[in-house]
Amino acid sequence: MKATRDAYGETLAGLKNPNIVVVDADLSVSTRTSKFAKKHPKRFFDFGIAEANMISQAAGLATTGKIVFASTFACFASARALDQVRVSVCYSKLNVKICATHAGLTIGEDGASHQALSDIGIMRSMPYMKVFVPADPNETEQIIRWIAKDDGPTYVRLGRNKIADLHDKFGKSYKTKFCYARAQKIIDGKHATIIACGYMVEKALEAAMKLVEDKIHVTVLNMSTLKPLDEKAILRCPKPIVTVEEGMLNSGLGNAVAAVLCEKAGKKDTRMIRLGVDNQFGQSGKPEELLKHYHLQTENIVRAVKRLV
Amino acid sequence: MRFKLTSDIKVLKEKANQMRRNILIMCNKAQSGHPGGSLSAIDIIVGLYYSVMMHNPSNPKWVDRDRFVLSKGHCCPALYAVLADCGYFPLKWLYKFRKIDSKLQGHPSMVDTPGIEMSTGSLGQGLSAAAGMALGYKIDNNSGIIYCMIGDGECNEGQIWEAAMSAAHYKLDNLIVILDKNRLQIDGFTKDVMDSSSLAAKFKAFNWNISEIDGHNCKEIISILNKVIKNPNGKPSMIIANTVKGKGISFMENKPEWHGKAPNDEELEVALKELQ
Ligand SMILES: Cc1ncc(C[n+]2csc(CCOP(=O)(O)OP(=O)(O)O)c2C)c(N)n1
Ligand SMILES: [Mg+2]
Repeated sequence: MKATRDAYGETLAGLKNPNIVVVDADLSVSTRTSKFAKKHPKRFFDFGIAEANMISQAAGLATTGKIVFASTFACFASARALDQVRVSVCYSKLNVKICATHAGLTIGEDGASHQALSDIGIMRSMPYMKVFVPADPNETEQIIRWIAKDDGPTYVRLGRNKIADLHDKFGKSYKTKFCYARAQKIIDGKHATIIACGYMVEKALEAAMKLVEDKIHVTVLNMSTLKPLDEKAILRCPKPIVTVEEGMLNSGLGNAVAAVLCEKAGKKDTRMIRLGVDNQFGQSGKPEELLKHYHLQTENIVRAVKRLV
Repeated sequence: MRFKLTSDIKVLKEKANQMRRNILIMCNKAQSGHPGGSLSAIDIIVGLYYSVMMHNPSNPKWVDRDRFVLSKGHCCPALYAVLADCGYFPLKWLYKFRKIDSKLQGHPSMVDTPGIEMSTGSLGQGLSAAAGMALGYKIDNNSGIIYCMIGDGECNEGQIWEAAMSAAHYKLDNLIVILDKNRLQIDGFTKDVMDSSSLAAKFKAFNWNISEIDGHNCKEIISILNKVIKNPNGKPSMIIANTVKGKGISFMENKPEWHGKAPNDEELEVALKELQ
């Protein structure tokens, strides 16, 4: 068990390319970029509690050929420094990888000011930006290695809490295998599909297993690339669809899937239920208590599927 | 080929005059744009590109080049006029400034325009980006210099001070910033909108080298720039350039309304006559 931020920090510190530079804003212990800082002090820059400056500096560094990883909490990366992400990074089309941690409700006790719930939607709406949400530590490592070789603006949404690798929890055949811009079909079933990202993939798999007891067989898609979105997977998967995410309903994964369905599914069944946070702020609490409060537990997914099939 | 520099003051003055004409023609053709701050900035930008910076218009991405970031991006007519004249792109592009499908966007876009080092327009960001470039050059032991121009109104932005703090912290003595102190911003004089007096003392307190010049005196401009380059001391440098917004055109000088207004055909004619 480890957090996706841990997998990020370890993978980053192990990357060999000498052009990699890492920047942070006084959160390197929490974002785990401190591991890289220890190993490569000359290629790590702490900009203090000044996220706007950090993001534009990252852009400037990228113009000199550096592969820049910029980290802070997801709430600050996506909101506090958004104008810098928009103009300095995206409009300038620069090679800056924003790897933001402590995303979603499961940051827990810190409460609403620190819970990034709109970040997926915000980052998806930036031209050129690629958006990733790894489902477990294993997939985090694969994504970090992949983006290190890629060029252009990138956002990776990472979590604070320790979670299991899916293959450890469910068995070998559930191992996450990252493929850029492709949803991973982890379970194949014909009655419906659950599309999830991040930690919610684990919940989706649990729900799928519970549903089997009632002879309902669902497909589970791990949508770890949020942009560009795997539209084919959405159109081909068994309908109806339930989406699950640790974020806002009005801008995240669910909305993105709904848009594809409405525009392109033709006469196919377009019914769906989106699970997520409905136009509210989060609050303090233990991660699992929060998931319960915001109806993001396994039972909620099971119920949503049953309502549709 | 590297751009051939000159320290002939007469040549620089002529260039500045010609660029002033182009700025006004561009804004007139576009019937939009920002003449006031372009005219206060132009003598400095001419000094940089014709007399100080190592650059190569036929190879804009030459790795060892000096760079210039126009943080007060709305004044891009001044930069576009100079880049075109240096040969970064055809002169005729100037006539499509701000028009549909133009390579010369209303604010600088590094993706669209050769010679533009950073996309700016959202005030406050360019200085941070320039500092990031200076940091990148330091990592690579690249001896190039990063120049950046900011506005006095722009100094209202918190990000300017974040950047100032970090540039001193990382000892970016390869970063030279020129502050176009024309004493005006959009809503009026800076002292009335948001008092930014004693900017020199403020940057000094942030541990920068400070010097002050007349931003329309070509000789002063190039001598200070050359002096600063030759004396790196572990600190970033701020050159406060006292300027006149709308400089060179009698009816535009010191007039807030000429911040973002284009001259009509008659006004253009009068203005061009003044520049003869
Ligand atoms: C972040 C941001 N806020 C507001 C504006 C709108 N704006 C454009 S120019 C300007 C005034 C700039 O004043 P100054 O920096 O002194 O420039 P100059 O006088 O040289 O034109 C403002 C407020 C902007 N471009 N960016
Ligand atoms: Mg001004």
